[in-house]
Amino acid sequence: MAYTDLIRERFFPHIWCPGCGHGVVLNSLLHVVDELGLDPRSMCMISGIGCSARISGYVNFHTMHTMHGRALPCATGIKMSKPELNVIVPMGDGDAMAIGGNHFIHACRRNIDLTAIVLNNRIYGMTGGQYSPLSGRGILATTAPYGSIDNDFDTVSLAKGAGASFVARTTAFHVKEMAKILKKAINHKGFSAVEVMVQCPTYFGRKNKMGGAIDLLKSYRDNTAPLGSKKLEENPELIPRGIFVDEERPEYCEEYANVIAQANEE
Amino acid sequence: MSQETRNVRFVQGNEACVRGALYAGVKFFAGYPITPSTEIAEHLAIQLPKIGGAFIQMEDEIASMCAVCGASLAGRKAMTATSGPGFSLKQEAIGYAAMAEIPCVIVDVQRAGPSTGLATKVGQADVNQARWGTHGEHSIVALTASTIQDMFSITVQAFNIAETYRTPVILLFDEVMGHMRESLTIPEAGELSVVERLKTDVKPGVNYHPYLAREDGRLPMSDYGEEHRFHVTGLFHDIWGFPTEQPQQVDKLVHHLVDKIETRVNELAMWKEFYLDDAEEVLVSYGSCARSARHLVESRRQKGHKIGLLELQTIWPFPKDLVREKTANAKNVYVVELNMGQVLSQVKQAVKDPDRVYLVNRLDGTLVTPTDIGKIMRVIEGKGI
Repeated sequence: MAYTDLIRERFFPHIWCPGCGHGVVLNSLLHVVDELGLDPRSMCMISGIGCSARISGYVNFHTMHTMHGRALPCATGIKMSKPELNVIVPMGDGDAMAIGGNHFIHACRRNIDLTAIVLNNRIYGMTGGQYSPLSGRGILATTAPYGSIDNDFDTVSLAKGAGASFVARTTAFHVKEMAKILKKAINHKGFSAVEVMVQCPTYFGRKNKMGGAIDLLKSYRDNTAPLGSKKLEENPELIPRGIFVDEERPEYCEEYANVIAQANEE
Repeated sequence: MSQETRNVRFVQGNEACVRGALYAGVKFFAGYPITPSTEIAEHLAIQLPKIGGAFIQMEDEIASMCAVCGASLAGRKAMTATSGPGFSLKQEAIGYAAMAEIPCVIVDVQRAGPSTGLATKVGQADVNQARWGTHGEHSIVALTASTIQDMFSITVQAFNIAETYRTPVILLFDEVMGHMRESLTIPEAGELSVVERLKTDVKPGVNYHPYLAREDGRLPMSDYGEEHRFHVTGLFHDIWGFPTEQPQQVDKLVHHLVDKIETRVNELAMWKEFYLDDAEEVLVSYGSCARSARHLVESRRQKGHKIGLLELQTIWPFPKDLVREKTANAKNVYVVELNMGQVLSQVKQAVKDPDRVYLVNRLDGTLVTPTDIGKIMRVIEGKGI
């Protein structure tokens, strides 16, 4: 399929800063949709608010740019109404874990067939560099001028604990791995939570003196390791990447189809 | 059993609302339990799967309203129900629905507030919240009812208005109406008109503009999952649905959101009137209070008093012309409601002489009785208690 049918050319140029990792995720996602040969009319993308949320404008799917943190409940309403749609929900770290934290855990719990992508750049970019629930202790941000004292979440543990049936983590450096994971996540029947570590050179890298886009990408290369790898075994301090959960569990819309059948029997 | 008796049921107001919604074609409900609205969710949890619709109990009120927006875009007639504090939580997504022009119905079975207030007691203090609860400028439609039969038909109307104007519509019921029981005759199919969603006739492969109005002002829709793929956003947007900050387009959209409702005030006005032709004293009321007001009017009429009642069913957009016209010949106008004068202030703005408009209210979680109204009227008339 021509990529021009998957993107909205008149919407470009995009608003992301030079060096931002969001474009890598968009690219990867379009490749996956193309490779899977999915009908664009079956594709829905629901996003919240923030830099990452603007991704829904660029894809030529049925798209909804919702309110801050509210992408998952909006997507739930769509999926419940038309379970045949492929619904992808990109969210920023603040979007998914702070204001949308409650929606996130409940979407995991229901195991509704949505593909949630948490684009974790550890900062609020759109509002100019405030700390997020994934920033972690000691991070400098405009609202943490003396270093953040907030502990961070581990998105993977949270999604696992809340009951997601597919949980994975990758980074903007590992583009091929990202495509592989996104492919599996989209194909997975049930709630898929994929964390993608993405660089924000403009606010996170600069403020924390961690360098530009390339330095941040290199840090993903150096500070992460695949699950089950020797590298990880030797250095447990590294952040594990890969697929943490991939299980078959009853999917919410299918379960509701059973409710419909039951209601009509009585 | 004859057809007629089969269609008569002795039901609670909340159930009448559910039956009205089903008659209008509701196919999706998302909600979060809150007194005194919960029976609406409970009945729909039973009924919706029977017709292949979907019911979901979400994690909170915000999520419920968001799910309603999503479901409506996917082509279903969608609703939620709540009460005061839950209504506050929904405001963010009600604003989104207004901006993105998503048809949907929000039921607020009002209780006394502010905050969690009196959870099981009646109030009518969300009149202003319905109109001004969201940020920014847009107009809104809010309807009420004072009988179980009317709760049914007004609910059907709410869906019709939502679909016609692509707007959220609020049903401002109250605890007494939600929980009282009365006979309901369910109309036959076709007896009440039901407005279906106006679908676009733009052919596949041809550009569809979700926010391009027809000559009659209506905006034909395409559902998610159908041929046309389009963008929906809460940002100011152009006819494509794409974000814009161009002053001209922003200005145009604000006017569109306000004007599509405000220019149809008289068209949207629904009301009932009792003995207004020669009335010197006019009561204006709505919801459960209108029942007490009507009782008082009936008993005073029997004693030969020239008194009448204007019962409002459309609260927003406020039917100014109607109120001015119906109270034109009255010496005194009494607004009966369970708040500190939220409709009173609108009536005062509507009439020529606001000084002859008086408030008759209670704020203690109990229904204003005909005796209460009579006593207050005597005081106002200078007759003592």
